[in-house]
Amino acid sequence: MTKYKQIRIVLNNCGVIDPENIEESIARDSYMALGKCITEMTPQDVIKEIKESGLRGRGGGGFPTGLKWEIASKNHADQKYVVCNADEGDPGAFMDRSVLEGDPHAVLEAMAICGYAIGATKGLIYIRAEYPMAIKRLKIAIDQALEYGLLGNNIFGSKFDFNIELRYGAGAFVCGEETSLIHSMEGLRGEPTIKPPFPAEKGYLGKPTNVNNVETFACVPIIIRKGASWFNKIGTEKSKGTKVFALAGKVNNVGLIEVPMGTTLREVIFEIGGGIQNGKKFKAVQTGGPSGGCLTEKHLDTPIDFDNLIAAGSMMGSGGMIVMDEDNCMVSVAKFYLDFTVEESCGKCSPCRIGNKRLYELLERITKGQGVMDDLQRLRNMSNVIKDTSLCGLGQTSPNPVLSTLDNFYDEYVAHIKDHKCPAGQCKDLMKYFIIAENCVGCTACARVCPVGAITGEKKEPHFINSEICIKCGACMERCKFDAIIIK
Amino acid sequence: MEKVKLSIDNKLVEVEKGTTIYKAAKQLGIDIPVLCYMNLEGLGIENKPGGCRICVVEVEGRRNLAPSCSTDCTEGMVVHTHTMRVINARRTVMEFILSDHPKDCLTCAKSGNCELQDMAVKLGIREIPGQEYAAMSTYKMDFSPSIIRDLDKCIMCRRCEMMCNEFQTVGALSAFNRGFQSAVGPAFEMDIEDSTCTYCGQCVAVCPTGALTEKDHTRDVINALSDPTKTVIVQTAPAVRAALGEEFGLKPGTLVTGKMVTALRRLGFNYVFDTDFAADLTIMEEGTELLGRLTKFLGGDKEVKLPILTSCCPAWVNFFEHNFPEMKDIPSTARSPQQMFGAIAKTYFADKIKVKREDLVVVSIMPCLAKKYEAQRDEFKVDGNPDVDFSLSTRELAHLIKQANLDLKTLPDEDFDKPLGESTGAAVIFGVTGGVIEAATRTAYELHTGKKLAKVEFEQLRGMEFIRKATIDFNGTPINIGIAHGLGNARKLLDEIKAGKSEFHAIEIMACPGGCIGGGGQPLHHSDSSILKARTKAIYAEDEGKVLRKSHENPYIIKLYEEFLGKPMSEKAHHLLHTHYFDKSGKIEIS
Repeated sequence: MTKYKQIRIVLNNCGVIDPENIEESIARDSYMALGKCITEMTPQDVIKEIKESGLRGRGGGGFPTGLKWEIASKNHADQKYVVCNADEGDPGAFMDRSVLEGDPHAVLEAMAICGYAIGATKGLIYIRAEYPMAIKRLKIAIDQALEYGLLGNNIFGSKFDFNIELRYGAGAFVCGEETSLIHSMEGLRGEPTIKPPFPAEKGYLGKPTNVNNVETFACVPIIIRKGASWFNKIGTEKSKGTKVFALAGKVNNVGLIEVPMGTTLREVIFEIGGGIQNGKKFKAVQTGGPSGGCLTEKHLDTPIDFDNLIAAGSMMGSGGMIVMDEDNCMVSVAKFYLDFTVEESCGKCSPCRIGNKRLYELLERITKGQGVMDDLQRLRNMSNVIKDTSLCGLGQTSPNPVLSTLDNFYDEYVAHIKDHKCPAGQCKDLMKYFIIAENCVGCTACARVCPVGAITGEKKEPHFINSEICIKCGACMERCKFDAIIIK
Repeated sequence: MEKVKLSIDNKLVEVEKGTTIYKAAKQLGIDIPVLCYMNLEGLGIENKPGGCRICVVEVEGRRNLAPSCSTDCTEGMVVHTHTMRVINARRTVMEFILSDHPKDCLTCAKSGNCELQDMAVKLGIREIPGQEYAAMSTYKMDFSPSIIRDLDKCIMCRRCEMMCNEFQTVGALSAFNRGFQSAVGPAFEMDIEDSTCTYCGQCVAVCPTGALTEKDHTRDVINALSDPTKTVIVQTAPAVRAALGEEFGLKPGTLVTGKMVTALRRLGFNYVFDTDFAADLTIMEEGTELLGRLTKFLGGDKEVKLPILTSCCPAWVNFFEHNFPEMKDIPSTARSPQQMFGAIAKTYFADKIKVKREDLVVVSIMPCLAKKYEAQRDEFKVDGNPDVDFSLSTRELAHLIKQANLDLKTLPDEDFDKPLGESTGAAVIFGVTGGVIEAATRTAYELHTGKKLAKVEFEQLRGMEFIRKATIDFNGTPINIGIAHGLGNARKLLDEIKAGKSEFHAIEIMACPGGCIGGGGQPLHHSDSSILKARTKAIYAEDEGKVLRKSHENPYIIKLYEEFLGKPMSEKAHHLLHTHYFDKSGKIEIS
């Protein structure tokens, strides 16, 4: 389609327009799609267009957006709601934030279109309070849109009314799950309930509610403007359009990227990302945030889309992408993500509340060299049961980092357990500092800098580190001018 | 009703649409283990957060396991309830739960009666892998006059929360903290005593573990009974005799009145009396108060407060003190039977046997935990000495009897002592919802009309419906009576009164489902609502078996008025048998 690897659909206006000036948005076709919907299309036409576009939910689930709208449109009630999920909570992810800060009108317009399609007159944006800039710009955008008659009552002189309010989240990861999000908006404890009933049937205040993520909404206006057939030419057979990723980690070019579905991980990491920093070796890429999995060399040529990533043992998630090199310990990576899910579990169901904690404890033992080989079997069984029995998406995916690293980096686990070694040299408890006698000139610099007096030796004689006393702070290694100190 | 057909463990079954897999399996006789799930069938009290994940089953075509308690059957569904995948999942989840649960079963109040313990047995748990390095979630202990909370034992089943919020609308308990540190308690982890808790004990009644238990007073009672300087007397509430037998393996609904009296006597109580005596006394006072207010009302007095509300349920008293303090002059001022008994015992009876107040210990056996709190209210003390010293629950009495190696089942029947042990059938039915108002109606009708009732049973006041209404013809004057059990249902009637829309002259309110027979101090029903129904039946049977069935016919009550009180609502009666209420709405302080 283009010689460039990236195309901008969602991020089209970001950085181009002044997001606090609606006229700049309008100059770039904002609200054209809403106008077209209201004046030229029936709600059924709108839903049909979105269905044909093949747009799938960008929050991670990948549920067909048009179908979701259709279900909500068919549930009749005196009041329905459109909710925008702006509770972006993956560590290191800021796709939604960029859209809200850079192009707020795209989201407002799409919500109004959704309201028109499903028969809702009220929209709510559930946004985390940690996004003050996004909140400020959304407020300005809403005010300006109201002033211009693009939101509010009788939009475009029609009988269609649509008003949008903000609701603030307190930064709980689980509130990105739609039933939790709705409970939180209702002032209740942010925890999920069993579906069905789905929000489309019984959502906010018990009324039919359609919840979509920021990025999903941001795709909507352009689909209406350019048509489903334009949109569905981009991407793979079952995943259409583009996806924004927050590329991070050990690549040379980090930041937000937007690529068509079907782009390979190799293209993203080595072409767009510019390869691994300092010429180190690529080891793994974590996609899908804390709920995703670690993919390796063998997955590099997999075209990125919803289904391929799941098949590979990871997931699309909301678009976090963290690249790791040979210096990353994969057991520690799994532990890092578990630490996050343990912290973010709501506590409602036992496998997630307790099981994740137990997984974390086991990983911690392994990184300390206290693991036994049976632990690997236990890790796998606990992970499978947590996935199989948890109530919501959080627990159903939280063991993914453990399972994918067990699958792809089993040897690394074994090295920690059997050899008490961390091949990446990251697990402090397994590291030992040594002095290479041949290189040591006996300058005593290391002994003087050691905070715990672990280094002994005569002047001008090779020194020795007592590993029983050593706290592995690394100060000696830093001080040594003769490369005499190594970690093993 | 639309039906769906499905297969469970290769058996076909047809159920109504909306039936859960768990219920459908039950129809087939397939037992799926459940832990957090609770259902008091027929009462509409159901807890299904789908949180424990013990009841998971395999549904063909579904990616993950489904919680059978909260997953509806669909047409053509194929369910497997006990595959290896399911068994492994259940055991692993149970190991998770137990890994964060104290192992002090030996001294736990719930030992032997614990649903978690039973589940561990059922699932064959023999060890908890990794227990030696598993962190535990810990919380402060919380002691109150009625309830003890040991949240280390909370498994987040949320039953207590459901009872407290949805059924009782008290709102004292909700989940706090997140993740591994989650548990259920008052907001900001304040003590239950500082919350709006009414001590109804319904949280304790449904708690599957030892997280919520009653404040145990058996040690105090043993001390009193072994002190030769004390005269120890006991009173037993009507609902106790209909449930105590369950603790000894007797069928629910078995009346054990005579055996209970024998057991109490053998435990060493100097006098075994009956709270029913005081219930008859309550009717005399409350009935007179009702008639008084009615007469004024019918005489055109616009100031008179109607409807009159019963006041024998202490949780209900706490409830309106917290939530409706502006209406605190509406309930009857009559003390509860427990407190009337205490007041009479420590005056009239103490004088009779020539024992000083401080040497007389009054113990009550109650189906209730709020009674423990009520007994230690300041207004029921004289110079710091309480009218009722210790209030034991039915469960605690059972423990005492077992400790004394008495086999209740084989004990002979004995009678209560006189004079405070004589009672009528009207007093017995205090134990069930609608009973107090029926008892009051029996007396008020006869006193008001001067006619003898042809039939003492008022069937229209009976039943398990949460809110009931009936109109009784008082010689041409229709008296509208309302009944509610469950504080959430009471709230509805109170809101009507507040809005000036109440049609009632008198309302009876009981905090617990079914009335006192379903009290927080009763043997645990373990979600079996048929037990509550059996107890109700037993209470009505006891009433029917009585020679005297109207409170004003109790000869010892007549004598008590002649010898001591004068007449109902006399000054002395006011002093000893009536009380006043407090505004507790602003009491919550967060330190």
